[in-house]
Amino acid sequence: MAIEEKTQRGTYELLSGAYSAAAGAMLSRAQVVAAYPITPQSTVVEKLSEYIAKGELAAKFIPVESEHSAMSVLASASAGGARTFTATARQGLALMHEVLHWAGRGRCPIVMAVVTASLGPPPDIAMEQDDAPGQRDTGWLQFYCQTNQEILDTIIQAYRIAETVSLPVMVVFDGFIMSHTYEPVFVPEQEVVDGFLPPRQTKFKLDPDHPWRFFASPGAVAGAPYMSKLRRRVQDAHEIAKEVTKEVQEEFYQHFGRRYEIFECYRTEDAEVILVAMTSVASMAHDVIDEMREEGKKVGLLRVRMFRPFPAQEIAAVLQNASKIAVIDRNVSYGRSGILALELRAAMYAAAKKPPIFGFIGGVAGLSLKMENIRYAIEYSYAHEEPEGEIIWLGIPAWEEQG
Amino acid sequence: MIKTKTLKQFGIEIPEAEYAPPGHTACGGCPGAAMLRQMLKFLGPRVIMTNPASCSGYFGRALEVPLCRCLFEAAAASGTGIRAALDVMGDKETHVLVFAGDGGTYDIGIQALSAAAERNENLIYACYDNEGYMMTGMQRSSATPAGAWSTTTPLPQPKRERKKDIVAIMAAHRIPYIATASIAYPNDFVSKVLKARETEGMRFFNLLAPCPTGWRFESRLSVKLARMAIQSRLFALVEVEDGIHWKVKQPKETIPVRDYIKAQGRFSHLKEADIEAIEKDVDEEWKLLIAKASVVEEI
Repeated sequence: MAIEEKTQRGTYELLSGAYSAAAGAMLSRAQVVAAYPITPQSTVVEKLSEYIAKGELAAKFIPVESEHSAMSVLASASAGGARTFTATARQGLALMHEVLHWAGRGRCPIVMAVVTASLGPPPDIAMEQDDAPGQRDTGWLQFYCQTNQEILDTIIQAYRIAETVSLPVMVVFDGFIMSHTYEPVFVPEQEVVDGFLPPRQTKFKLDPDHPWRFFASPGAVAGAPYMSKLRRRVQDAHEIAKEVTKEVQEEFYQHFGRRYEIFECYRTEDAEVILVAMTSVASMAHDVIDEMREEGKKVGLLRVRMFRPFPAQEIAAVLQNASKIAVIDRNVSYGRSGILALELRAAMYAAAKKPPIFGFIGGVAGLSLKMENIRYAIEYSYAHEEPEGEIIWLGIPAWEEQG
Repeated sequence: MIKTKTLKQFGIEIPEAEYAPPGHTACGGCPGAAMLRQMLKFLGPRVIMTNPASCSGYFGRALEVPLCRCLFEAAAASGTGIRAALDVMGDKETHVLVFAGDGGTYDIGIQALSAAAERNENLIYACYDNEGYMMTGMQRSSATPAGAWSTTTPLPQPKRERKKDIVAIMAAHRIPYIATASIAYPNDFVSKVLKARETEGMRFFNLLAPCPTGWRFESRLSVKLARMAIQSRLFALVEVEDGIHWKVKQPKETIPVRDYIKAQGRFSHLKEADIEAIEKDVDEEWKLLIAKASVVEEI
């Protein structure tokens, strides 16, 4: 089949981000789905349970009593050889934390949609992006999406990547701003997806004919040298995952006609200031960049899509050509700075040229992050030689200040 | 077909196949390890086991069945996941055995266990109940009986609270089958495993596992203690079907509660008045149990 013909097989549907994630999991033929409701994720699994109840997806839906159990069910089902899916958000992801390590180091190719929102307190639902980045050390791959189309597409890609490198994948997008916003999404035909993503093949699984042991130690004495090598292999797999992702993205383009990169550059070639951002902040920044370009300012945008593994060298190679780097985080690694800012500072340390990094933090605890905040960040970086500190707060005055 | 041979002293047909060959690293005299070995003989060869943090991690070093270790509070969820994977692949034949301790069952794992029971997951969940966190050093659990010393109920403040009634809790979920067993009554134990094997849905075992290390008795006495627990009626042999049909095995020969208590170091601090209080409590509890039972048999 010619590329052109294949990529046109499907239909446009008006889908929310949450429904795009559910459609992605269905098209990927997930076999075991275990999930627990939490706003703003709930509509992902509501839709999936509907697909399963109607027989549109041949899978087993397990309505567990907590996210901890959701991930525990999936880790063992994945060891049992099944293709597994779940979705969660904020407190749910935090409750899963223990099992995320288990699934990551246990090399389970689980795919999970993470709809980012604020970790409490208070126990309300507010925008922030501290949940998913906070799980960066669990061994999971992480992809951050910018559009609903990208959510659907990334979930399909995620299974290919996960099952190739035996690592779990989080497909991350913003609560409400994306999960509850409808966009036209091209939903490919099942047959086209099947051609790209065959059923999961695994050499090792829980199998009554072979007494293999999963998540187990080879023994107290022999354990440490062996297990330490396995830990190292998790890191190796992350490094391999970067290359595998590039291949999968290329193959995805061949099948579906939509191209994705591990990070995306917009008008960065001659940019003096490059803004680095993820998810919907990057979407908004696009327009800000266009506005400022029209005003004659040389600014560009680098959107991070793959956050784990972090493509440090590749990103540094782009950023070192700018005079200044601005980065917006919707989180704080307390005691340090924004999480993406930390990643960039580490990445730039090894770069030949080291432009100053302006680390902005805004849009936390439900505070809106507006176009004007983004513009302010870029203009501030444009106007200042060096940042005054590691953090520049965007629209968040100090406690004693007015406002 | 499973090959069997007759172990004459008990008159039980015991499968010859061995899934827990010698070489486990549990303490000497551990009935938990022995009961796991027997369960596997009757559930094998098509069985997958999952097992959270517990001493039973040491029973499993040499197991010849597939093993899926899981997180402490996740045993029932892990079993659910294995069952789901088998189901979507069309394997209805393989049994899933969850083997957990009382800490992982009565305490940290009860949320996942209750949920799996409510969903009537097709699992066999076996708790080997040694009445405390024995692997981490003999701390109290909610399965520790009142009056017992433990490293977190040190003297002069032994445990005050009664042992949690896990059987009643599980019965309230109306699951198809619940049984308790003691290694001192192998016929009874095996008949219950066979019954569970033929039942579909959630099946729950509470297996009494007198712990020489934690209860402070000589390891050669494990089976004796397992018998004394039944004869003193501190531990009841029961079966519950669908959560409502209770069957109780009443010991033909009973012994005074104090004999059982005095055989264990963990109760050595108890005064006469304490023992009398426990005796009174046992009598009252037994009456309540018999009142619930639709069948009472002797053993």
